[in-house]
Amino acid sequence: MSASKPKLSPNVGVHPAYHKEATSAKPIEVMPLPPLLRVSMSQHLGKPALPVVKKGDTVLRGQVIGEAAGFVSAAVHAPTSGAVKDVAEAPTAGGIMALAVDIAPDGRDAWAPAVEENRRKRADLLARLRDDPAAARKEVVAAVADAGIAGMGGAGFPTHVKLSPPPDKPIETLIINGAECEPYLTADDRLMVERAAEIWQGALIIQAALGAKRVRVAVENNKPRAAAAMGAAVADSAGDCAVVMLETMYPQGAEKQQILAILGREVPSGGLPMDVGVVVENVGTALAVRDAVVNGRPLTERVTTVTGPCVAEPKNVLARLGTLYSDLVAFCGGFARPPCKIVSGGPMMGLAQSGLDVSTAKTTSGLVALPRELVGAFVSMPCISCGRCVEACPSGLMPCELSQMLEAEDYEAAAGCNVADCIECGCCAYVCPARRPLVQHMRRGKAWVAAQRRKP
Amino acid sequence: MGITIAVLTLGGAGLVCALILVVADRFFAVHEDPRIETLTALLPGVNCGACGFGGCVEYARALLAVVGATPANLCPAGGAETAHAVAAMLGIEAGATDKKVALVLCGGDSARAPRRFLYNGVADCAAAHAVGGGDKLCRHGCLGYGSCARVCPAGAVEITAGQLALVHADLCIGCGACVKTCPRKLIRMIPAGRTIHVLCNSPEKGPAVKKACQVGCIGCTLCAKLAPEAIQMNGFLAAVDYARELDNQEVVDKCPTHCIVRR
Amino acid sequence: MSAEPAAVSLIVSSSPHAHSGASVRRIMLDVIIALVPALAVGLYLFGWNALRLVVVCVSACVLIEALCRKAMGRDPGVGDLSAVVTGVLLAFNLPPALPGWMAVIGCVFAIAVAKQIFGGLGYNPFNPALVGRAMLLVSFPVHMTTWAVPARLASVLEPARTAVDAVTMATPLGWAKTSLSAGNALPLALDSVATAWEFFAGFKPGCIGETSGLALLIGAAYLLYRRCIGWQTPVFFVGAVAVFAAILWRVDPARNLHPVFHVLTGGVMIGAFFMATDMVTSPVTRAGMAVFGAGCGVITMLIRAWGGYPEGVSFAILLMNAVTPLINKATRPRVFGHGRRK
Ligand code: SF4
Ligand code: SF4
Repeated sequence: MSASKPKLSPNVGVHPAYHKEATSAKPIEVMPLPPLLRVSMSQHLGKPALPVVKKGDTVLRGQVIGEAAGFVSAAVHAPTSGAVKDVAEAPTAGGIMALAVDIAPDGRDAWAPAVEENRRKRADLLARLRDDPAAARKEVVAAVADAGIAGMGGAGFPTHVKLSPPPDKPIETLIINGAECEPYLTADDRLMVERAAEIWQGALIIQAALGAKRVRVAVENNKPRAAAAMGAAVADSAGDCAVVMLETMYPQGAEKQQILAILGREVPSGGLPMDVGVVVENVGTALAVRDAVVNGRPLTERVTTVTGPCVAEPKNVLARLGTLYSDLVAFCGGFARPPCKIVSGGPMMGLAQSGLDVSTAKTTSGLVALPRELVGAFVSMPCISCGRCVEACPSGLMPCELSQMLEAEDYEAAAGCNVADCIECGCCAYVCPARRPLVQHMRRGKAWVAAQRRKP
Repeated sequence: MGITIAVLTLGGAGLVCALILVVADRFFAVHEDPRIETLTALLPGVNCGACGFGGCVEYARALLAVVGATPANLCPAGGAETAHAVAAMLGIEAGATDKKVALVLCGGDSARAPRRFLYNGVADCAAAHAVGGGDKLCRHGCLGYGSCARVCPAGAVEITAGQLALVHADLCIGCGACVKTCPRKLIRMIPAGRTIHVLCNSPEKGPAVKKACQVGCIGCTLCAKLAPEAIQMNGFLAAVDYARELDNQEVVDKCPTHCIVRR
Repeated sequence: MSAEPAAVSLIVSSSPHAHSGASVRRIMLDVIIALVPALAVGLYLFGWNALRLVVVCVSACVLIEALCRKAMGRDPGVGDLSAVVTGVLLAFNLPPALPGWMAVIGCVFAIAVAKQIFGGLGYNPFNPALVGRAMLLVSFPVHMTTWAVPARLASVLEPARTAVDAVTMATPLGWAKTSLSAGNALPLALDSVATAWEFFAGFKPGCIGETSGLALLIGAAYLLYRRCIGWQTPVFFVGAVAVFAAILWRVDPARNLHPVFHVLTGGVMIGAFFMATDMVTSPVTRAGMAVFGAGCGVITMLIRAWGGYPEGVSFAILLMNAVTPLINKATRPRVFGHGRRK
């Protein structure tokens, strides 16, 4: 039950230069506590959390400092013990402002008593999951919600929401996503190599919580060590569990494309994986779930790949949430040469930064500093109809045509041509010889469609 | 011989087409209230949609559908003149018309308000605003990519050399299209003919505004003290209350950042 | 070595932040490289005359493009090399002995009328080089159908040399057409592999760049390797010509040329691999490329078999250019998650 033969996503996508070698062999390094942690209340998709501490409070690690503002939201916890210096607006990686709690670590890094309590309370949860899953499921979902876990692959969708499918959508398959198809990033790769057993335990917990029959661990075949490690972890599990080797291709890590590659099922337009009986969780998320259920620990740290030709010593860093990008970069030796673009996340879907005053969030899979020669600026030349974008688009769209409609601000036409089905993977703009900002056009179209839908 | 055939064929084809057109015109003609045309002619014909209908013809149709149900004063572009003409034709009340014009509440051009980063992408304000929150250091100021200028049916909005939108009040027809399109919501409709304005939209505190812009309102409240009737403080931002008269040169002269102007 | 980069030196844009490195200029450069073998054959067969036309066309196209852009107040924009490609392709579609000034008129038409009036590269609905050629063909029918005798000639074509005039002769297609319309029998037949080979290598009168299928194929292989063209267009183009010609030949071998002749003579090879594959004026979808290629092939054969001109490749491609937007619409790919449900 280990690695099976490579599978392809249906022949669409691109093969970018991966540049993973800078960090793929480097063990995860634990970053010492920085002098300040700026913990944003908006680290996930959905409503920002509501801060429940104020300037002058002292907090312990794992203590709730932001409460989830509704179901599609996630709680935020103090990443270490220390004093709250301020609660004020700070920029997020997306460039907008959101409330953040500034914490000056006291160096003790003491856990809140609630963590130990939770651990004891959940000590027999694993056993109960096995014996009486129906009753224990709710507890797992509650534990995940308490821990403030949000999709750690980059999208940041609150995990407890994914783990609570409506009763009419039975989940058959759980996919643990270790594809990590973004260039440069190796955080998930290293996690799988170093902590395969724990990830797998997390996967089994999620499987039990969902009542899924099948578990697949998806790994691209450019990560043989990760696949081997996961294979070994999966080996002694009973049931329908396997590691699937995916052909290395971008966007193999995109949920819907991955489901198609592994199960041959196509999530309907506008639908969710649960519509075809599937839930996809990132490997980091699985690890976080395990930590919450087994150790009672909320999400307070994550592995981030700090890399790119401009970073002096590229590393996989285990950093506390709230660590400023400037501290991350300093931990990696600073910049060897001035970057021209700094990307939070991977270069295909990440967010370009205007500075390093943003802090690490649950979604920060990487920080990539690119020099001028690697930054392909958009120039918005007219489309030369080469058709490369059409060929590359995994959603089956015609980005050339759509971008022209959107350039002319003909939103209705673009909506009619299914602009809403764009997954913003960036394949089209990656291959476009006219260097058109295709994805940005798509986003404008999608924003318009979303606004139309909101209208009564 | 050849030429005769050619002339005959082409002529014949033309004749057949003409016949078809004549027949179509006779039998498929849509009979419309002829007053719609007359009424449309009274409207300015800019099709800006400010009346709430999909263009001038639609407004004319609505006016005629149930006479008196739709007010005659809905066209800001036409103003009082149009309202009276329409009212006279339909025999209804003209209603009140106050000419309004748009005002861009930002004076921070590129010489006075620095940028945070080099934006690379679609030259459109909403698009730029969605990338990293917009490239201007001030998060409330005009981005200057001209979305408002593009939607203005009257060509009244100029993007200055300093990458700042500027509404020419004399050209503005008051349709409000620019107000709706601005992603930073810094265009306001104000009564026409007013001369003194606070050109800032930033609610931030003084030091933050100072860092981001040389001509931003720092919330010193001086103007509100000098003209307490007509200028109010909204938090840290002074705002002219256009419902009241304001002709106080002192506020213009004394504003420490010169964000109050006479125009 | 500081952790904080200098102020406002960072570029911020929408994703993706990586790029494949492809550029319009590189694509045009690839096309130019791919045209070199055919140019070499053209120079060998037609000598300095051919070189003269290529130089005239390329310089005229580049110059006119720069002037147009300047007149329209845009940057000169010749750096993308597309004007060079148009110049070479136009020259390749001209008879070697055409007076230079006529070629210049063709260039003006190709660049100014067919391309820049529509807004420049990317907006032109018709292949500029072909518009230039079509315009010349209509304006100067005699010059455009006067063919220089190449340095080497396939043996079956020897009888086509006219005694009166030792420097010009008819193209194989022209020879066949005049002979048939005069009520005579087909003057040439594909009697051996050797003949086919001579045709393939290019030993026949014709336009500068179109005679050698071999040279064109070498270039096309490079373009395919560089992924500058899709295989669908040329394969379906040539395939449609071959099938159509085979049917005609089957029906009446006495009055129709062998399908191999049809494929290897005239502009089919250059048309299929270099003109119909022009990105701007051909469909963007793979299925569309196939439809487009097949359409070009069929129209070419319709003109050759029943039209007034002996050759129809240029007009066929121009006609198909006109329906490219329709083909694009009709061959939109299936959008992920639509239709098929499992
Ligand atoms: S159109 Fe959207 S889904 Fe298609 S390649 Fe571009 S970004 Fe990806
Ligand atoms: S890749 Fe760029 S140039 Fe090519 S068809 Fe798409 S948008 Fe046009």
